Amino acid sequence: MHNQPPLSWPAEDLSRVPFAAYCDPAVYEQEQERIFRGPTWNYLALEAELPNAGDFLTTKVGDTPVLVNRDSDGALHAFVNRCMHRGMLLCRERHGNSPNFICPYHQWTYDQKGQLRAVPFPRGVNGHGGLPEDFDRKNIKLHALKVESFKGVIFATFSDDAEPLIDYLGPEVVYEIERLFHKPIRILGHQRQRIFGNWKLYNDNVRDPNHGGLLHMFHATFGLYRLSQKGGAKLDARGRHNITWNSLGTDDEKTTSEGYEGTKKVYKPKFSLNDMSMLQNRTEHPDDVTLVILSVFPNVVFQQITNSLCTRQIRSIGTDKMELYWTYFGYQDDDEEMIRHRLDQANLVGPGGLISMEDGEAVELVQVAIEREKDKHAMVEIGGKGEIKTQQSLVTEVPIRGFYSYYCELMGFPVGPDGAEAAAE
Amino acid sequence: MIKAAVRDAINDLLADYCHFIDDDRLEEWLDFFTEDCVYKILSRENEESGLPLELLSCRNKNMLRDRILSLREANIYNIHFDKHLLGAVRILGEEGGDYRVQANYSVYQSNQEGVSELFSVGTYRDLITFADGKPLFKEKIAVADTFGIPRLLSTPI
Repeated sequence: MHNQPPLSWPAEDLSRVPFAAYCDPAVYEQEQERIFRGPTWNYLALEAELPNAGDFLTTKVGDTPVLVNRDSDGALHAFVNRCMHRGMLLCRERHGNSPNFICPYHQWTYDQKGQLRAVPFPRGVNGHGGLPEDFDRKNIKLHALKVESFKGVIFATFSDDAEPLIDYLGPEVVYEIERLFHKPIRILGHQRQRIFGNWKLYNDNVRDPNHGGLLHMFHATFGLYRLSQKGGAKLDARGRHNITWNSLGTDDEKTTSEGYEGTKKVYKPKFSLNDMSMLQNRTEHPDDVTLVILSVFPNVVFQQITNSLCTRQIRSIGTDKMELYWTYFGYQDDDEEMIRHRLDQANLVGPGGLISMEDGEAVELVQVAIEREKDKHAMVEIGGKGEIKTQQSLVTEVPIRGFYSYYCELMGFPVGPDGAEAAAE
Repeated sequence: MIKAAVRDAINDLLADYCHFIDDDRLEEWLDFFTEDCVYKILSRENEESGLPLELLSCRNKNMLRDRILSLREANIYNIHFDKHLLGAVRILGEEGGDYRVQANYSVYQSNQEGVSELFSVGTYRDLITFADGKPLFKEKIAVADTFGIPRLLSTPI
């Protein structure tokens, strides 16, 4: 194991996370191979972004540029966005519609299925130059990812060993995706946020229901999300995905006041807004769940915060930087007023979100503080130690342990006291 | 031909707008808007794709007041100073006594260690009205070329 970075996971239940995992360039390199290009399904985009034949968009899987398109038969494809000739970025546009992809460098042309179709001057000029005799265009195809779409959500995998998407997601996640995409959607737009911290710190953040009611004072103050409300964290069988959920209006004053006692300005019972319309929840589901933060390993979060709906794609950029790419949507049958309501509620989240802006700061401030503490560990004990399982309260961070359980499995990191000794040798 | 006095008043309003943000006088800064104002920060990416999502939107002055209130009372964000640099102000024309105005901006943020970084560059698209001789923003729309927001978007642009 001499190539293994010196990480120690001393707790069998993953209640200790080594800070080196967020800082070590060798770990980052391995993650690209074993996580993003491993047997995982990565979120690419929503089908509603590619409604027509020939539509394409460019995205990232980890830090690999990926081209996604819909061919003339309506089938979806995803390729590494790299020409097979000399490696140039094949498609430079964010999105568009095109019958083929032509590399700007030497005009090699690929069709919508990734097959090389044309190379200029194949036979050279006057019998000189050009392609060698044994060059066969048919053998040259873009590096394809395996693509599957579920309820209009496009996922892809680099690996032939990945389980079928539906099994990878599991019944708990399938239920939430079916709930969120229960009717045709309409894209409202995108937001991008550059966060100066490791991509896993954001995964930790969304698997930490506890912080939602403490860091985000706006949440607690206006009762959209309080730790004293009915809610919890549902895990899939492997613990790798998480569904944080709550129902607003289910708390009582006594539990709330006692729970928040001693906190600094988090819960302010008398504080109110001049325009409360933004905080209205318009019931869209038969259940009373008003917030769902569904995190699917390794690169996506699906969000319902009252009527604000979006996906958040996590794109890694080295050990200490990431981009968060938000895609907001409503439903095709929304009337003008409902669209405006969703746009108003977009103020709650995103880089300028009244609720969520803190996350960009929290992730960075962790990264800054741990860079020189690589032999130390984060403590993950809220919600209890031991078995990684579904949580009946929001005062928990157990889903973080679920994430690292699967992460260590894919990375091949030994876990537990024995593994820690092996790593130290 | 737009009168010199109007031109001066519009230029002063834009300059004051920037300096009041930079000086953290956000409660007084609210006085530069009409009650029915629209304040928005748009992403150039959405704008060019014809998508309606904003980066930040206030459809009236109360929503803008709530933004400032939330910044003061309920948000945690990077501790920083803002500095606006305003480009030449173009008065595009008059619309029933109101004025369409455009100007490029850049906003630098400096942290507690005195390190400054470009936070946002883009274009203001404003509609300015006069009430009792005083210019006010009816619309203040910042279209950000920097739509990949560094860190987070807290103080107004």
